[in-house]
Amino acid sequence: MSCRSGNFRKQALSDEILMRVEKPARYIGNELNSVRKDLEKIDIRFAMCFPDVYEIGMSHLGIQILYELFNRRPDTWCERVYSPWPDLHRIMKEEKIPLFALESQDALKQFDFLGITLQYEMCYTNILQILDLAQIPFYAKERGEEHPLVIGGGPCAYNPEPIAAFFDLFYIGEGEEQYDALLNLYKKMKKEQKGRAAFLHEAAKLEGIYVPSLYAASYHEDGTLAAFTPLADDIPKKIKKQVDRNLTDSVYPEKPVVPFLKATQDRIVLEIQRGCIRGCRFCQAGMIYRPNREKDVSRLKELAQKMIASTGYEEISLSSLSSSDYSQLEELVEFLIGECREKGINISLPSLRIDAFSLDVMSKVQDVRKSSLTFAPEAGSQRLRNVINKGLTEEDILHGAKEAFSGGWNKVKLYFMLGLPTETEADIRAIPELANEIAMLYYDTVPKEERNGKCQITISTSFFVPKPFTPFQWASMGAPEDYIAKAGIVNGHLREQLNHKSIRYNWHEAEVTVLEGVLARGDRRLSDVIKKAYENGAFFDAWSEFFDFGKWLDAFEACGLSIDFYNRRVRFEEELFPWDFLDAGVTKEFLLREWKNALAETVTPNCRQQCSGCGARTFGGGVCFEDKN
Amino acid sequence: MKIRIKFRKRGVMKFVGHLDMMRYFQKAMRRAGIDICYSAGFSPHQIMSFAAPLGVGLTSDGEYFDIEAHSSPSSSEAIRALNETMADGVEVTGYVRLSDDAKSAMSQVAAADYELRLPEGFLPSYSAEEWEEKIKKHFRDAESFTVVKKTKKGERALDLKPLVYEFCAGECGGICFFLKVSTGSTENVKPELVLDALFERLGICATPAVSVHRREIYARTEDGRFLPLLDMGEEIA
Ligand code: SF4
Repeated sequence: MSCRSGNFRKQALSDEILMRVEKPARYIGNELNSVRKDLEKIDIRFAMCFPDVYEIGMSHLGIQILYELFNRRPDTWCERVYSPWPDLHRIMKEEKIPLFALESQDALKQFDFLGITLQYEMCYTNILQILDLAQIPFYAKERGEEHPLVIGGGPCAYNPEPIAAFFDLFYIGEGEEQYDALLNLYKKMKKEQKGRAAFLHEAAKLEGIYVPSLYAASYHEDGTLAAFTPLADDIPKKIKKQVDRNLTDSVYPEKPVVPFLKATQDRIVLEIQRGCIRGCRFCQAGMIYRPNREKDVSRLKELAQKMIASTGYEEISLSSLSSSDYSQLEELVEFLIGECREKGINISLPSLRIDAFSLDVMSKVQDVRKSSLTFAPEAGSQRLRNVINKGLTEEDILHGAKEAFSGGWNKVKLYFMLGLPTETEADIRAIPELANEIAMLYYDTVPKEERNGKCQITISTSFFVPKPFTPFQWASMGAPEDYIAKAGIVNGHLREQLNHKSIRYNWHEAEVTVLEGVLARGDRRLSDVIKKAYENGAFFDAWSEFFDFGKWLDAFEACGLSIDFYNRRVRFEEELFPWDFLDAGVTKEFLLREWKNALAETVTPNCRQQCSGCGARTFGGGVCFEDKN
Repeated sequence: MKIRIKFRKRGVMKFVGHLDMMRYFQKAMRRAGIDICYSAGFSPHQIMSFAAPLGVGLTSDGEYFDIEAHSSPSSSEAIRALNETMADGVEVTGYVRLSDDAKSAMSQVAAADYELRLPEGFLPSYSAEEWEEKIKKHFRDAESFTVVKKTKKGERALDLKPLVYEFCAGECGGICFFLKVSTGSTENVKPELVLDALFERLGICATPAVSVHRREIYARTEDGRFLPLLDMGEEIA
């Protein structure tokens, strides 16, 4: 009888455990293009974590870029780790199995760095889950020489304060810029055996690096921030966001890791540009990734070919905040259509403005009868769209929809936000009214005999959450019941519309919104609340089946902090915000000017029409230096 | 042209389920530059079908799928190209051309060989010869070998005797059982079920963590012989 070969790789979890949990492939690593290195030949072990389940984490482009960036260094081995699903979480806690990285299956606690990407506030308790399972103390101040350095980055690092206590350091801005300097410094000081405190002190002097333990916050009697100061003279007062000036030549994952499981984003992602020229006032990404920078089309063509060859994916998607603004879009799309046709690869083109060009392209790459058009007016009325500076007029929408209906589409998705600053009931009622008008247009445009059934319009509303470094950072929020009432108005008024049978309405949950608001604009004192909430059993808060607001309310109460202080209070123009020590490029003067423009319902032109002097020009690249006519 | 591909799945790959393996090979075809045919229309898919799904937790030396291709390099060249882009634990071991009127692998599957290994320290610690005797008594020499199968509609008694073609025990760095069982869409016998039924007759109630390995999948020829699926095609020179 022949013997089969046994296991040739180390596995952190036994077969018996893997057979007990849902989707064991989340925990085995071994994916195509994942990187393995010889421990003898490296100096730095870096574990890169996305604190959510594997299928979500594996869909994130930023981690793939950093994975490539780090693993290009011969002295560094970067591995990945994601949140164990609650079924495995229980087993690991019971059996005291330490959390491990996927590639080596080694415990995280023996790594030099644990990097955690911060993509949304609702993952904060999952950070604690990671630390808990990794057997690393929650608070940075409780960690010793034997523990990894825990470093955070990503959009939520633009207000790192609510989670500051859990991190040894934060990286502010784009990883391409300063990580080499940080790793070089670490390697040097590790060799010299300088110790953790000395390293953190030196690291804090690097541009873009924030070491929370080296700063102190003090508060006014009313609870607002009084001062935020470095504890040593040689530590910078302001920390400057890092910007990659030359995206075209930057490192990009030419061989991305290909998961066995179907990830949420199960395709090649081609980042065509970073940042956005349109200054929508609610949009944090549009502000913190300024200035807008494009990748040259010839580089994108080369990347597309390489990534198709290295992954075999059946789909390629463009990634950017507003694809239609990419100046070489036509050339790129034509190239991709030619490249993908024979290979049976689908092309997906998100964030396109609906116009003649995009409809033509979409009709070539997707089945018109099955696919839907997406509009994101964000606000129902023109008045409110002016407040938020969303340069999409009713005429644009109706014109785009009419052309689409003539082209054979009959499904439309509409995205709106409720709870925007200055919103009135009339603005809310304008949402179903607009949907009704689009439905009417369908029945007027498409003769009965050519109709592919009814038109199907879906309205989705989310509740607006003011974010740091946006003109709306001064705005107040509502209570959960206010939000529910707003959704109720949409729903009620929808029923009064002539075409309501062609329109469906989905809305977002209100309690999550309230919590997101607190965590987005909170201060250092919230770390204790987050820890308490985790101890109460809160995690996977981004998953509605696990979210339990009660656990959070108890945590706020136990820590003596109030949600209303963070959400309902009116913020004064001169208030010092917990994130003001960061220099994100856009100046506070600009943001305040834009806040006033919003209240005055004044529209601000986009970066290609006219520079508004936001401050991002100091980075010396991108749209700020394009020829303006 | 129709092509049949055989592969092994070992190590941690046993935790990658059947649907994910299909998606895995769709990508692998593209990476290896196999000239596979696509269905027409938007979102085209590859013409590919698997012989018999393998459960999560099982390893195998004999997995099969068929594809439709416009053209093909030699078998050895195709195997080389595919193995250059495999994840650890997956290895392509066969690549043959089928006749144009060949039936699909799935419809041809008639039997499969399995190897079941007892975990270390399994009790009672019978020797291979002792296990052989028990199999002889309870299975080979018995009139029938009936098990109760749980189905959606309730329970149903099923005699496995005519569906288990071979059943023996051996030594392989531990105790191993070898089984050849009926497989496919009509009567699909899970090898664990056979072993469980034996344990039941011996009064062993704890379900031990038996590891299951598929060795080969067979079609049945008109004269009743079992032929490995790969043998139904011709090597491409
Ligand atoms: S400086 Fe001007 S052009 Fe540059 S990002 Fe700011 S507003 Fe746009």
